[in-house]
Amino acid sequence: MKIEKLIHMANQIAGFFATQPISEEDKAVQIANHLSDFWDPRMRRALHDYLAQGGAGLDPLVCTAMAQLRRPASGSEDRAPDGC
Amino acid sequence: MKDLIIPWSDDRDLGTPARDGMPVTLTIDGQEITVPGGTSVMRAAALAGLSIPKLCATDSVEAFGSCRLCVVEIEGQRGTPASCTTPVAEGMHVRTQTPKIQKLRRGVMELYISDHPLDCLTCAANGACELQDMAGAVGLRDVRYTAGQNHFAPRQNGEANPAYIPQDDSNPYFTYDPAKCIVCSRCVRACEEVQGTFALTIEGSGFNSRVSAGTPEQDFLASDCVSCGACVAACPTATLQEKSVIEMGTPQRSVITTCAYCGVGCSFKAELNGDQLVRMTPYKNGKANRGHSCVKGRFAYGYAEHSDRILNPMIRDKISEPWREVSWDEALTFAAKRMRGIQETFGQKSIGVITSSRCTNEETYLVQKLARAVFGNNNTDTCARVCHSPTGYGLGQTFGTSAGTQDFDSVEHTDIAIIIGANPTDGHPVFASRLKKRLRAGAKLIVIDPRRTDIVRSAHIEAAHHLALRPGTNVAVVTAMAHVIVTEGLADETFIKDRCDWEEYTEYAEFAADPRHSPETTEKLTGVPANDLRAAARLFATGGNGAIYYGLGVTEHSQGSTTVIGIANLAMMTGNIGRPGVGVNPLRGQNNVQGSCDMGSFPHELPGYRHVKNADVRATFESAWGVPIDPEPGLRIPNMLDAAVDGSFKGLYCQGEDILQSDPDTKHVAAGLAAMECVIVHDLFLNETANYAHVFLPGSSFLEKDGTFTNAERRLNRVRKVMAPKNGYADWEVTQLLANAMGANWCYTQPAQIMEEIASTTPSFAGVTYAVLEEKGSVQWPCNADHPDGTPLMHVDGFVRGKGRFIHTEYIATDEKTGPRFPLLLTTGRILSQYNVGAQTRRTANTVWHDEDVLEIHPHDAEVRGIKEGDFVRLASRSGETALRATLTDRVSTGIVYTTFHHPDTQANVITTDYSDWATNCPEYKVTAVQVSLSNGPTEWQENYAAQAARSRRITPAAE
Ligand code: SF4
Ligand code: SF4
Ligand code: SF4
Ligand code: FES
Repeated sequence: MKIEKLIHMANQIAGFFATQPISEEDKAVQIANHLSDFWDPRMRRALHDYLAQGGAGLDPLVCTAMAQLRRPASGSEDRAPDGC
Repeated sequence: MKDLIIPWSDDRDLGTPARDGMPVTLTIDGQEITVPGGTSVMRAAALAGLSIPKLCATDSVEAFGSCRLCVVEIEGQRGTPASCTTPVAEGMHVRTQTPKIQKLRRGVMELYISDHPLDCLTCAANGACELQDMAGAVGLRDVRYTAGQNHFAPRQNGEANPAYIPQDDSNPYFTYDPAKCIVCSRCVRACEEVQGTFALTIEGSGFNSRVSAGTPEQDFLASDCVSCGACVAACPTATLQEKSVIEMGTPQRSVITTCAYCGVGCSFKAELNGDQLVRMTPYKNGKANRGHSCVKGRFAYGYAEHSDRILNPMIRDKISEPWREVSWDEALTFAAKRMRGIQETFGQKSIGVITSSRCTNEETYLVQKLARAVFGNNNTDTCARVCHSPTGYGLGQTFGTSAGTQDFDSVEHTDIAIIIGANPTDGHPVFASRLKKRLRAGAKLIVIDPRRTDIVRSAHIEAAHHLALRPGTNVAVVTAMAHVIVTEGLADETFIKDRCDWEEYTEYAEFAADPRHSPETTEKLTGVPANDLRAAARLFATGGNGAIYYGLGVTEHSQGSTTVIGIANLAMMTGNIGRPGVGVNPLRGQNNVQGSCDMGSFPHELPGYRHVKNADVRATFESAWGVPIDPEPGLRIPNMLDAAVDGSFKGLYCQGEDILQSDPDTKHVAAGLAAMECVIVHDLFLNETANYAHVFLPGSSFLEKDGTFTNAERRLNRVRKVMAPKNGYADWEVTQLLANAMGANWCYTQPAQIMEEIASTTPSFAGVTYAVLEEKGSVQWPCNADHPDGTPLMHVDGFVRGKGRFIHTEYIATDEKTGPRFPLLLTTGRILSQYNVGAQTRRTANTVWHDEDVLEIHPHDAEVRGIKEGDFVRLASRSGETALRATLTDRVSTGIVYTTFHHPDTQANVITTDYSDWATNCPEYKVTAVQVSLSNGPTEWQENYAAQAARSRRITPAAE
């Protein structure tokens, strides 16, 4: 998946939860829930991998949230010829 | 195919509209009858089964009392009052047939007939003409007047007759033949009262009075007429007559069905001769439309017969090849093999489906079932992704259910309506007519829209406030309204304490009260004058029953879901939920957007909005379908395209959608489609998406199948087959054939069985069966043991989720920003006569109203660019560029331009970007930074596109 787009989308989600009147931990939980509820595993996996490489440009809240999520097991579905 | 005789199918003309006063009992011709107070004697008689002759009265409009054919005698009253204008009274004794009355009536008829051409046998209304019927009913046997001055003879005494006006054929669907007009004014009243357009008047008086469309040539096409057909339906003679009836004769039978265009979901009578559709007339017992219609449903159905329609399956190995016509068998085997092959190579999740918001619930259900049960993944999405997915999220989070709260009848009790980001006179015309009727009766209106839409100001309607905000600032405006309501103490705290989470509310109130949300602060970014916004907020909070109607101008933004939440907050804090006249009402775009969402089209939800992560929900379907269900959400449409470009998504079955034209950032969509190895398009026409398809499965029109549509009020209406599918199969059958070709073992023999499966698996539909729909006409979900008759109003005693939730709505500017290169903001929308990507309406005579997309630009912005009315201009954004004609108008403010997306040769979506709603990925269609400049004609991209499209549509017919 084009990572710039995923970063933009993840940061948008963080942007919303950042404005909610809840603790930082809860924000991260909400973001994590949102990602696991609405993002296909291959999108989450791409974001995990990107984070593993440093995650430049990601909202810190996204990084905290991702830390709570398991990297979805690699299925065969992303066996793209040129990788992602 | 037999015609339906059902209890709710009585659609006799009762003469005058219904009333709802206290019961009154009277006697008519010796029969006692009790009717609501305020009812006319004419209607009371009709209800008792006695019909009083009439000409100028019809029950779609208020009585006028001009023809005097309906006179009666009433004991104790002098003279012969007109029964259409005389209300019933307790103990009244009425006689409808006495020698005196009969004589009077004959006299009236004699006068009418003396100025009417006697060509009944060749008249288009022969057999369906009320004048003819009345002449019979009153026993008219001769006409004593000799032809003197008249309106019908073109020449008289060898000279042109000055009173003769030739027929007006300008409207593509109906004619106006003044020679046959009896000046009953039913058409004028229908245009005013039912449609609310006020296009017609009666000009002159006495012998010289004529119906006029207000143009010198009596040219309907050039007039304000929007071709809704209300006047045609009201006309008792052949004066206003459908051209299809003139051509094909009067219809002999009818079938009740539902319009397949917009989310209003109007009921229609499809009137036929044999299996030839003669005309569609709005059905008066239809609960969404109450006998009204718009030009699309009423007249624009001819696309089903268009020569572009594809009736044979086709395949090709590569999209560079021409299509090959093949048998159904060959096409399905080819498709199944490819799809399975892709899965073998690229994994189970490398293929998916797109369900259609134009198809029936049953068809949609099967397509998502195909993904979940046969493909074994959750890669299913629907075009609602790109329109109302934020409604699902926003209302689900706040109220606990993803749907509008009211029925359309509710508008009759509204005192103050807010319309935000919707253009109902164009997008939802029948709802607009119902709203306008209420506005004329005194309700107030606030319009929040960057453009001055027609509802802001039109005949006898004027919005109290038009907040012309800058595109993309909805959240700021809605939150500023909350600021005013909270800080001025206008919130309905009793309601909130009772129905919502009070603590959350106080937090929200504190949030909204912050000066950064005040209208004075937000004015700078929204462009809405603070005073105006304050006045509007006060009016909404204090004006009585407040209802909010919204459309895609709310959802199709980076903050679409946040605005929906803000709207829900406004409704809750003013106590406007849970009774008639109030509520939060999303106006759905396509006919079955609601239904396609209900049926589990979204990749994270099984039918009934239940997340796939829930084991109990999965268990229900696992046991019904006998397969395991993937607990992980699948790809949404934009994600499918991204994954395709990426190489992990390779196959798509797309039913009744044209994503290449309708989805944003055309180049990206094209790249995604081009990267796939098997694109199956199932549609009526070779649409734009089909340019990239390998398999084409011909679809059936709504006239050719059975099923149900669910409209914006959650109402399930029946779609009934009126003719056999021209392509051989209804769409649900095609999906079943594909599933079975891929190894499934489905054996539905009729859509009713699919509905049974839906009801048995989905609690909110548990009580829905075709038998119930037959009996009641329609039901609104939830329909189950708790609500056997369905649910017109939601959240009456409590929210579906329990307590209503207030969620904070901080304005976050979109990243799509204007700058020196792209200084203007483009916003998009649609117009009345065309529908969505136009695949259907472009193939009807509706093109006389709109044959190309044009760019609306403010005269000031045009002037600095040297642009004049009608010039060809280049419209460019960071995504792409196109060219189209400009029109100068102050409907849009400076800095904003607007266009529609109905025509593929313009492809407005080349311009739109890939930004989307934060929660749902609903694309941000409504805000794109653009530049506009003069140009000579189509861009290179447009020319290449047209060439590619033409190449891709070549067909090699099957060998005989
Ligand atoms: S056009 Fe028809 S409805 Fe209108 S006044 Fe003439 S006869 Fe009546
Ligand atoms: S078609 Fe509709 S808008 Fe046009 S004149 Fe008749 S009632 Fe009015
Ligand atoms: S397009 Fe909408 S308003 Fe028009 S007839 Fe169809 S359902 Fe009714
Ligand atoms: S029908 Fe009553 S006056 Fe014409």
